[in-house]
Amino acid sequence: MDSGISDTTTGPRSEDRLPSSASSAVKVVIVGGFGVGKTTLVRSVSEIRPLTTEETMTQASENVDDTAGVERKTATTVAMDFGRISLNEELVLYLFGTPGQQRFWFLWNGLFDGALGAVVLVDTRRLEVSFDVIGRLEESAVPFVVAVNAFPEAPDYPVEELRKALDLDPKVPIVVCDARQRSSSQDVLLKLMHYLRSLALTSEAK
Amino acid sequence: MSQEVPGWDENGPERLYVITGGRSDPARQTGLDLVTLIVARADPQVGMQPEHASILRVCNSPLSVAEISAYLGLPVSVITVLLADLLTEERVEARSPAPSLPDIELIEAVIHGLRNL
Ligand SMILES: Nc1nc2c(ncn2[C@@H]2O[C@H](COP(=O)(O)OP(=O)(O)O)[C@@H](O)[C@H]2O)c(=O)[nH]1
Ligand SMILES: [Mg+2]
Repeated sequence: MDSGISDTTTGPRSEDRLPSSASSAVKVVIVGGFGVGKTTLVRSVSEIRPLTTEETMTQASENVDDTAGVERKTATTVAMDFGRISLNEELVLYLFGTPGQQRFWFLWNGLFDGALGAVVLVDTRRLEVSFDVIGRLEESAVPFVVAVNAFPEAPDYPVEELRKALDLDPKVPIVVCDARQRSSSQDVLLKLMHYLRSLALTSEAK
Repeated sequence: MSQEVPGWDENGPERLYVITGGRSDPARQTGLDLVTLIVARADPQVGMQPEHASILRVCNSPLSVAEISAYLGLPVSVITVLLADLLTEERVEARSPAPSLPDIELIEAVIHGLRNL
């Protein structure tokens, strides 16, 4: 019954293959509400067409015992899109776009463990969806920058007003972007990296 | 072509249970991360579980755990169970992610790579 699987699974196209020298990878998580432009940002900078990994609620749930897990007929499936950037012959960066609701984060075991940092993508029309995300990142000490995806219909607040509205620490960078533009998404990632560098320099100086 | 079996959801708990033999996610034991790079060290064998063979096939070149999940259409929690088997049998090699507390050198390498996009 399962014999077809091996024949139908297609791996990466030859142009999407990593060189055998690829020896380690790093990850950055893009967090934000539904429709805020996470997949768009990932797509604009990724060297591969974004891929999707799915996880089911029953599967990841720690306290569902085996029998109950098996008997459950329906499982909620949550998808996470991700893309990839080869930084050099050895080092690869993965970008994961994940829904803002924290309950989804547990589906991917250790999504934030070992992540270099996060980008909180916000739409100024729905700032409130970012409050919880920002609070959680602060709690778990994941460094992040805030990127405002500038939809044409969205109000254009001064950055300092946004900082106040989001109750952000003065040192957290805020950057306005157009997630559809490769160079703009590239700037967002560079902003995060420069911030990480400044944090690393500060802690080294201690 | 996969056959439609009534009440059999392709990604439902029952099918996933069959693939893993009911074992749960050992990610903590194996230390596999979403971005651990996996490389096949052996060819698929006749009689192997089809999912194991698929992993060996797609990992002809290095591939992250997340990408394996995407190409096989199976949750990461199932892929890590299957990878644990292959690691034990030394049929795949796992290349660990860069350390989680990044040093300046790593950050600068990322900056350099991003500038050259
Ligand atoms: N005008 C405009 N539209 C955008 C921008 N970013 C994303 N979109 C559109 O917004 C919709 C939702 O984006 P998507 O990336 O799927 O959001 P996600 O749910 O966060 O992954 C899509 O139709 C995009 O084309 C942007 O910067 N400007
Ligand atoms: Mg999306």
